[in-house]
Amino acid sequence: MGRFHRHEDGTAHDHGHDHAHGHEHDHAHRHDHDLGDHSGYDTGPQRVSVLEHIFGENDDAADANRAALCAAGVVCLNVMSSPGAGKTALLERTLSHLQGSVRAGVIQGDIETSLDADRLAGLGAQISLLNTANGFGGECHLDAPMVANALGRIDLDALELLFVENVGNLVCPAEFDVGAHHRVMVCSITEGEDKPLKYPVMFRAVELVLVNKIDLLPHLDFDLALLEANLRTINPHATVLKVSTRTEHGLDDWYAWLRARLAEEPVAALR
Amino acid sequence: MHEFDLSNAIVQTVNKHAAGRRVTHITLRVGRLRQVVKDTLLFYLAIVGKDTPCEGATLEIVDVPAVLRCNTCENEWEIEIPAFICGTCGPGAVEVATGEEFMVESIEVEDEEDAACTAPR
Repeated sequence: MGRFHRHEDGTAHDHGHDHAHGHEHDHAHRHDHDLGDHSGYDTGPQRVSVLEHIFGENDDAADANRAALCAAGVVCLNVMSSPGAGKTALLERTLSHLQGSVRAGVIQGDIETSLDADRLAGLGAQISLLNTANGFGGECHLDAPMVANALGRIDLDALELLFVENVGNLVCPAEFDVGAHHRVMVCSITEGEDKPLKYPVMFRAVELVLVNKIDLLPHLDFDLALLEANLRTINPHATVLKVSTRTEHGLDDWYAWLRARLAEEPVAALR
Repeated sequence: MHEFDLSNAIVQTVNKHAAGRRVTHITLRVGRLRQVVKDTLLFYLAIVGKDTPCEGATLEIVDVPAVLRCNTCENEWEIEIPAFICGTCGPGAVEVATGEEFMVESIEVEDEEDAACTAPR
């Protein structure tokens, strides 16, 4: 709270004020119209009602992306997770599995490399890489305008299914609608049971949670029941599938879930 | 999270509605379920707002509590920790009533005549 400004010498500070809000106090520059103003017009600060959603521009772009996908008959999934949870491994397995039966594509958000895209090349899918930085770190999420750029480089008419592999991060991607029809996440058991409680916005944003690296369960002190209880506290309605992208355990359930989504009419509006 | 991007979006929204008039005050509504760090937002707004009509405006953030509603028993309650379950009916029909807001509620602007009277800052 406070006045934000920066001085000529480059320092910046904030004049904090912790009073209860409402701002009924007088502003020093408010004029007394009865005494001084004979112009016939109101002067002094005017309150302008804005009521505009700060993500409005992104949301409009997301709606446009979704409309383009719907028009082309493409079902789009926004795949999110922390770094290293197994998004790319999941897509490697999935593209191999779908090759020859479902025409799939991937928009891949990678902070600075093409390493992930290289892993997915040669699996029969169209890949569009979105590097979100200049080589030394960068954006923490994909937003709808970025995805719109990537969509422009993809032949949507040749696709049935499009994965948007988001930047590995459990905070920011949850806030940005990219224009997908479904939001899913990969949560690996090496991350700890408490993650749904620590990142509730992400865990609430998705309709499917793939609990990955389940093959490691005998080697870890991981309480799977606690993870599921925490997840249910945050998102009671999410579908939960236990998988291992390494051993392919449980992946048939994921493929069945995908085919069910492909069989549905894509939903035009989602937020 | 990405407070710099958010600051850009806020300044763009505010300046659009200010239509060239100097902005003296900005009121945001931010729900508890939004992942916004206020101090960081304030810091970046100072940078992004410089040399725009927002420069020097005071900022007020109205906190909106996280309130859930159960559509089965029609109960509403505020939560302090993330638990999206009705104590009576379970999770079946719980929805977020408030707490996801993130908007520019209003701005105060000087009209042109007033701006002309303002001493150089």
